Amino acid sequence: MKRRLLIPLSVLVLVIGVTARGDTDAEVQARKDALDLAAAFSNDGFKIRDGHWCGVVKPRDHSLVAVNLYAGNQYWFSASATEPAKKIAVSVYDETGKQMTTESYDNGERTAAGFSPQSSGQYFVSVDLLEGDQSSFCLVYSYK
Amino acid sequence: MIRLARLGVIVFAGGILVAAGAETGRIPADQLAKAARSDSITIPTPGELFTALEKSGKINWAGQYRGPMPVTYSNRAQIALNLGGLIADGFIAVEAKDGQQVKNIGSDIIKLAKALGVSEKLLGRGSSINEFAENNEWDTLQEELEATQNEVKSSMQSHADQDLVILVTLGGWIRGTQVVTSTIVQNYGEQSAKVLRQPALVHFMQSKVNEISPELRNEPLVKDVSNELGKIEKLVSFPPDKAPDIEEVRKLNEAVGKMMKDIENKEAPK
Repeated sequence: MKRRLLIPLSVLVLVIGVTARGDTDAEVQARKDALDLAAAFSNDGFKIRDGHWCGVVKPRDHSLVAVNLYAGNQYWFSASATEPAKKIAVSVYDETGKQMTTESYDNGERTAAGFSPQSSGQYFVSVDLLEGDQSSFCLVYSYK
Repeated sequence: MIRLARLGVIVFAGGILVAAGAETGRIPADQLAKAARSDSITIPTPGELFTALEKSGKINWAGQYRGPMPVTYSNRAQIALNLGGLIADGFIAVEAKDGQQVKNIGSDIIKLAKALGVSEKLLGRGSSINEFAENNEWDTLQEELEATQNEVKSSMQSHADQDLVILVTLGGWIRGTQVVTSTIVQNYGEQSAKVLRQPALVHFMQSKVNEISPELRNEPLVKDVSNELGKIEKLVSFPPDKAPDIEEVRKLNEAVGKMMKDIENKEAPK
């Protein structure tokens, strides 16, 4: 019970953290939604990284961020976009740009990709707009 | 909370919405080069590294403690590097589930952070760390340590001390790598050694150090650490499918150990 209470508390603390750093209202909302999604993975023992990446997702454009992952860990990359985006996708690529096989959770403007790297090193996470128009998004990740 | 719990059920019990994505594409190198990179998401925390290491077996985390360190440094770069190392020590104490050690380290973190003039709000973090340690709330403690580190960095940025932020991160990475390499040398396994492949990460930290003000970059300690980082980049660069052998891990351990010694040395900066 205590753990179930702590997860939303952590989300609240993380969201308060971002507002202090001056992101736009849309980014704050997108981050809150991404953290809500990531919190679901916490139920399965994933720890939410206290870091985020917000930006603008555009049609026919990859929004890419570099991450460094460790072999042996499992990761979920959770992203959310605000209106007018209708559907986004999260994908993972290795350091050569090759797309990795991932698990996915898809709920329109909220989506997540689960990935377990076989090699440690740099990977790239891409957030892509599939339906709707340009909007703000935010990405967080969790690991175990 | 109910909504979150329901979402958890959807994701993990429903199964319908979870599916394996296929390998379908490739992104060209010129686009990868333009990818965003930031301290808060591109550089993993010591906790992530330790989590990966634990997959290969039980680790004697308490065996990785180091003796009390001085918290009376006057050089700001040295304080920042040691602060990062101390935060990594906090993660080690959490892994060891050692409440008293967490409290001791939490207290030292606050002292060093205050020496840099960061926010008074950190005092509240110190109280939270103590409370979580007393209640054995290890997962929450790990989150609290990460939040403390981010608050220190955020406070540095708002005090125009952003040059010190990368030094905090670097100090944490060096200490974390020292502990992990030491553990692997003591009980070598290919799977655990695989976590040491991080060429892009070291390259990124080196590039961030190169961006700091010339005045700070030319301080002897920062210069030494930066030079050593160039050598370390070679030691963590091996093919994705290869694990470093025990001698290569030992070399890396010696290199990061030398850096930690310089960082801890009370007389280092002149």
